[in-house]
Amino acid sequence: MPSTTETSTVVRDQGGAATAAPPGPPPTRSRRPSRWWAWGFLAPVTIYLAAFYAYPLYRNVELSLREYTVRSFVQGGAPFAGLDNYRTVLTDPAFGPTLTHTLVFTAASLAFQFTIGMALALFFHQHFPLSRTLRALILVPWLLPLIVSASTWSWLLNSDSGLVNAALGVIGIDPVNWLTSPGWSLTSVIIANVWIGIPFNLVVLYSGLQAIPTEMYEASALDGATGWQRFWGITFPLLRPVSLITLLLGLIYTLKVFDIIWIMTKGGPTGSSATLATWSYRLGFGNLLPEFGPGAAIGNLLIVLALIAGLVYIRIERRQQLR
Amino acid sequence: MTGLSRRRRLAAVAVIALAAVTGSACSSSADGPADGGAYLVWDPYPQFADDSEWVALLKKCGTSAGVTVERTGYDTTDLTNKALLAAQQGNSPDVLIVDNPVISTLAEAGALTTTDDNKLDVSAMEKNLLGAGQSDGKTYGVPIGANTLALYYNKDVLAAAGVDPAAVKDWTALTAALTKVKAKGKKGITFSAIGTEEGSFQFLPWFWGSGAQLTSLDSPQAVSALTLWTDWLKQGHAPNSVINNTQTTSWQEFATGDYAFAENGTWQLANAEKLGFSYGTIAIPASAGGPAPAPTGGEFVSIPVQKKTGRYETSQKLVTCLTNADNLLTTDTTLSYVAPVAAVQERQATADPKLKVWVEAVRAAKGRTGDDLGTKYPKISEALWTAVQSALSGGKTPQEALDAAQTAATTR
Repeated sequence: MPSTTETSTVVRDQGGAATAAPPGPPPTRSRRPSRWWAWGFLAPVTIYLAAFYAYPLYRNVELSLREYTVRSFVQGGAPFAGLDNYRTVLTDPAFGPTLTHTLVFTAASLAFQFTIGMALALFFHQHFPLSRTLRALILVPWLLPLIVSASTWSWLLNSDSGLVNAALGVIGIDPVNWLTSPGWSLTSVIIANVWIGIPFNLVVLYSGLQAIPTEMYEASALDGATGWQRFWGITFPLLRPVSLITLLLGLIYTLKVFDIIWIMTKGGPTGSSATLATWSYRLGFGNLLPEFGPGAAIGNLLIVLALIAGLVYIRIERRQQLR
Repeated sequence: MTGLSRRRRLAAVAVIALAAVTGSACSSSADGPADGGAYLVWDPYPQFADDSEWVALLKKCGTSAGVTVERTGYDTTDLTNKALLAAQQGNSPDVLIVDNPVISTLAEAGALTTTDDNKLDVSAMEKNLLGAGQSDGKTYGVPIGANTLALYYNKDVLAAAGVDPAAVKDWTALTAALTKVKAKGKKGITFSAIGTEEGSFQFLPWFWGSGAQLTSLDSPQAVSALTLWTDWLKQGHAPNSVINNTQTTSWQEFATGDYAFAENGTWQLANAEKLGFSYGTIAIPASAGGPAPAPTGGEFVSIPVQKKTGRYETSQKLVTCLTNADNLLTTDTTLSYVAPVAAVQERQATADPKLKVWVEAVRAAKGRTGDDLGTKYPKISEALWTAVQSALSGGKTPQEALDAAQTAATTR
């Protein structure tokens, strides 16, 4: 493999530079090539980041700051509109409800995914017969393509021919219009999203549990701690870093969930299950006449929301390290 | 520390390898059809593979025009965005086949040539079908085939309920038929009222059939059409699931054999033959009787704007070949569409008498973007499907829903 030879040259170069640095400037002949090497290695990553991250982000910001019509999108020359698109979005009567839906969707999804995931992780941590098989089965939602799981949920929750309503009928409960009544549609997509998110929480928390030394549990058992005390005194505090990262990743993922909602309800009926992500898509692509400006503006607002969450995470983590 | 830096170096190597791979992939695709004799055709028929009759026809038309044809099939919802992006990047295909209401959007974007530029002859096409491709007196494409909506019915269910489908000529008769069917324990009618263009498409025959106009969504006629649907849901003639039904899921409901009627399109004819019961079709009745004007569906063949205007001549030959009478017959038979030319429609109806209802429905049909609505239509349509959804889900009364729709359609 050519990569091994490349790696070894770099090791020599870097090593040479590192040892030469403290006593004085190394001979220029050996330093120049090493710098070129460094730039050479940096370039692909930089180009990659610029082309696939920085430029699309820049374009999205630019889209949101100009007044694009289909004509100016193709022909160019869209006038600069400042924050007009953001104003349009923020003053739209749909903004308030959609933001609320996004927050409710995210908060409820995270709360249930995390609690159920944690409960299952603790359960499977006890290593009983069949626990491996059952744990593997619980991972299935994670392995399925979203189009499959979302379509399955929309069949299950169908008002007239869905299995859920049939089951409710057996125990004498009137059918619920899960996907077609404004009062239930958001709950339905949350249920589906929780189901899809549980395996991720389970896996991460389970591996976190395995990192906790068993001696701590043994010591606490000798001290006569109850199961509940063991959880709050040992498991929960020691799982905190893992829990935090699980919640943060879950938050970023859940904020931008689009496919499940779009497949199940299209954000409807009448926007009752629309989130910022589906609204952005509807503006940009869901209509014959795309409105790229406002669509991009909502996309940027979502990025800002995720960024705030990331900053909060860093802050909490730093405070923990200081302690 | 050393472990970390080694990992970093490995990552760098991996990135270089990746960059090399993607770089070479880019260069190989760029060598493709940039200048050669190949003419690019994009169509929304991904269901047709390279060995299908449709692709064979494209190749044949290419050969007779002296060029090779490179064809790509896209999903229809994907194609609008692809076409807009291609126009922005200046690499539009030579021939673009798109859903008819998209034509006005692409024309507004300045991405399509008019028949003045490309010298296409559209004189043989039916006027009501051509309407969707015209704005401000200019024509931006040729219809390749048309489809529209009608009511499929289940013969067994209607016979058991004692309903004569031939007598279903107006809304009162239809609702009476639904009541009879329900009394026999069967289900009435299924359609699609989903919150997308599909929902508006399905509602329009009733909307227009009431005498309402798209320029005034809150008229008493419009309210009567929406009230008809809302009452069907309230009385259990139509299932609540219609609010979330696409036309495909609605068809699946009809295929269970429990439903008396289903509003669906020409494209289901092939599936209709596979139903486990015998079916028939009638035109969607208007409020006061007679067939209601249904919206036209189906695609247009257009010639996008190119930097090299010399290519139009060959593109025009390709399109003319695709839309000549014999080829239209082949294409529209494979797609189970109705031809856009009267003479070919006659040939289709003679070959398959079942198509007669559809030929008549297509002749009575209206373009959605016609009446000079053009790019105003998408906004009106979004307001309309939202109103349908809010009335059917019980959020608002039909009057309130349509008042809100009219405000939304005119203010934004």
